Amino acid sequence: MNPVVLYTILTLTAIGIIAAGVIYFVSKKFEVKEDDRIGKVEQVLPSTNCGGCGQPGCHAFATAVVAAGDLSELHCPVGGNAVMKQVAEILGIKAVERDPYIAVVRCSGSFEHRKKTNIYDGTESCKIAAALYSGDTGCAYGCLGMADCVEVCDFEAMYMDPKTGLPVVIEDKCTACNACVKECPKGILELWPKGKKNQRVYVACLNEEKGSSARKECSVACSGCAKCFEACRYDAITMRNSLAIIDPDKCKLCMECVDTCDVHNIITANVTPEKIQAANEQRLKREERARKKKEEEKLAAEAAKQQGNGTAPQA
Amino acid sequence: MALHHKLKTFRLGGVHPDDQKLSAQAPITPLPLPKTVTIPITQHIGAPAKIVVQRGDSVKVGQVIAVHEGFVSSNIHASVSGRIGVIEETMDSSGFKHMAVNIRVKGDDWMETVDRSDTLIEEIKLDSKEIVACIMEAGVVGMGGAAFPAHVKLSVPEGKHVDYLIINGVECEPYLTADHRIMLEKSREILVGIKILMTALGVKQAIIGIEDNKHDAVELFEKLLQHEQGIAVAALEVHYPQGGEKQLIQALLNREVPSGGLPSDVGVIVHNVGTTYAIYEAVQKNKPLIERVVTVTGKSVKQPSNFLVRIGTPVIDLLIAAGGVPEDTGKIVSGGPMMGKAIADLDVPIAKGTSGILLIPKEESTRAEVYNCLHCGKCIEACPMGLEPYRLLILSKKGNHSRAKEEHILDCIECGSCSFVCPSNRPILDYIRLGKTQLRKPKKA
Repeated sequence: MNPVVLYTILTLTAIGIIAAGVIYFVSKKFEVKEDDRIGKVEQVLPSTNCGGCGQPGCHAFATAVVAAGDLSELHCPVGGNAVMKQVAEILGIKAVERDPYIAVVRCSGSFEHRKKTNIYDGTESCKIAAALYSGDTGCAYGCLGMADCVEVCDFEAMYMDPKTGLPVVIEDKCTACNACVKECPKGILELWPKGKKNQRVYVACLNEEKGSSARKECSVACSGCAKCFEACRYDAITMRNSLAIIDPDKCKLCMECVDTCDVHNIITANVTPEKIQAANEQRLKREERARKKKEEEKLAAEAAKQQGNGTAPQA
Repeated sequence: MALHHKLKTFRLGGVHPDDQKLSAQAPITPLPLPKTVTIPITQHIGAPAKIVVQRGDSVKVGQVIAVHEGFVSSNIHASVSGRIGVIEETMDSSGFKHMAVNIRVKGDDWMETVDRSDTLIEEIKLDSKEIVACIMEAGVVGMGGAAFPAHVKLSVPEGKHVDYLIINGVECEPYLTADHRIMLEKSREILVGIKILMTALGVKQAIIGIEDNKHDAVELFEKLLQHEQGIAVAALEVHYPQGGEKQLIQALLNREVPSGGLPSDVGVIVHNVGTTYAIYEAVQKNKPLIERVVTVTGKSVKQPSNFLVRIGTPVIDLLIAAGGVPEDTGKIVSGGPMMGKAIADLDVPIAKGTSGILLIPKEESTRAEVYNCLHCGKCIEACPMGLEPYRLLILSKKGNHSRAKEEHILDCIECGSCSFVCPSNRPILDYIRLGKTQLRKPKKA
């Protein structure tokens, strides 16, 4: 063998061995010790780094979970209860079940319902338009329709409906990561409990103006007529100025309010028309009973009064 | 050209838009009284005023209809006489709804306390504190556009020493001529106004800064000031944004307002000429701020004019008086072309801070296609505050607001020079404004 080749091989081997020794020493000396549970937890997480849990990414979430040793404060909305159960198993702690959430669009002012009053030709961004002025329709509360929310969605769970100009949330894909809610300058998107059997009911309007002016701006605006407020048996509906707001925690999904809205702006998801109709009939019956009862009471009161009058002279 | 070199200007950046002072020769004409006025209670920076009238009340011109709440706020007066109509939320120039008082005009019946004669009153009877109180009572706000209450500016915080008063007659926005006309027609009154301000602040020196495209005004003041002590007039180079408060101080006195600071930090208070005139009227004539000069202009406008308009008059009335809305109008802007904002509705009322209504033809008003940033650095060259606008755009777009703050985004004066020069038509100022609003917004819990 050529001695040059031989020496080269020997020298390089020697350098390799020395370098390996140095690297081994350095890696032991400056080793960063990390709880190996963090890695395990991270593996079961969805790795979307969406920030929906409130942490800056999945690794940070895993670190936080391991450090906290308790799942009451931390929850991965993307993975949901299934993933959190796995996390709990890895850490050997009790899993905390949470109701799944979904983003809902609280505006129904489509092109048809909301006439344009001016033309916006500035930068295509809801945030910029919102900082400049109230929007290209009369309603200062409604959707601006420039799809900032669709752009930030990491899960392709939203799209703009070209017919209405409003965003649509795809139920199966939405993970309730909160990105669109944070992005919307008008606060139209809101996280809502997915509900039993995926049934939800909410008012798709944010306009707090008086009914007369709100309806001028948008034909389906909530006018604050309070019919739904009166129909609700569970105090789940409150009125803020001229806007009805349904509290999802109190709502029992009885659907009795749905048909009271004269502009059909109480939006339901996954509820059959039959159920709404049945609920409505039930409500009407109940109201009828209440009215009869009231009339009877009134009659009884009048009768008592007359009796009182009749007996007075005798006494 | 020798003379040109002597003209003062600010050091950094700036642009030279075509100045288009179409209405410079149009004298100030009072606009006929409108049928109704709508007077918003938030016409100024600070807390909204509190309404003190009720529907059905009769009011006289100059009567207080809303009183200031807190110190940084301003009184609002009835600009016409008549009966109070509805008091409800009405659209402002940016489309948002604010409380406003509607008055149905009947006659022109003024408060007896107001001196409506044209006689010039030179003698100043009040002392410093009384002047500030008088200005506060009259609801005078900065009339250059920002509408900052004038009495707040005059109450210099303790520990700061003010030695210079600057009167801003620059009017560097193209098209607008309201200040120019006031300077030509009310020069003596402005001079008294300056003396009032000097008394109120206790300063010995004042400079009137006027851009050199209004040479007649410069000459007029030079003649008037021959026998005056401590008041000077300075011609400034035609260079946008010469009228920016910080730029003007640098151009005239070579002092630099520190980042995040106020002019009073370098011993200067700046007031606009329109404000100075309003202060003269408030102090000497006891006349509250109920009318202002508004320029109505544009390339296709039949009669570019300067109107004396009662506050609350709908914009449409001014447009009709100036010969109607030309067919090629693409945008109607409140303010000048550089910093003004398009208005969404023609029934919007004229407010205390409305300096002009500009009608821009369609072909000029549409935005051009946006291309990628070339990193050419033209925006950096143009920025009068020495910022790096292209970087601020990226940082604001990406939501990195804390970093943008480190890059001094809050020092931006929103003059629009960066967007003006950008060869890629990038909406730089839009994003910088967005970043600024995000930083100023109180953090959500």
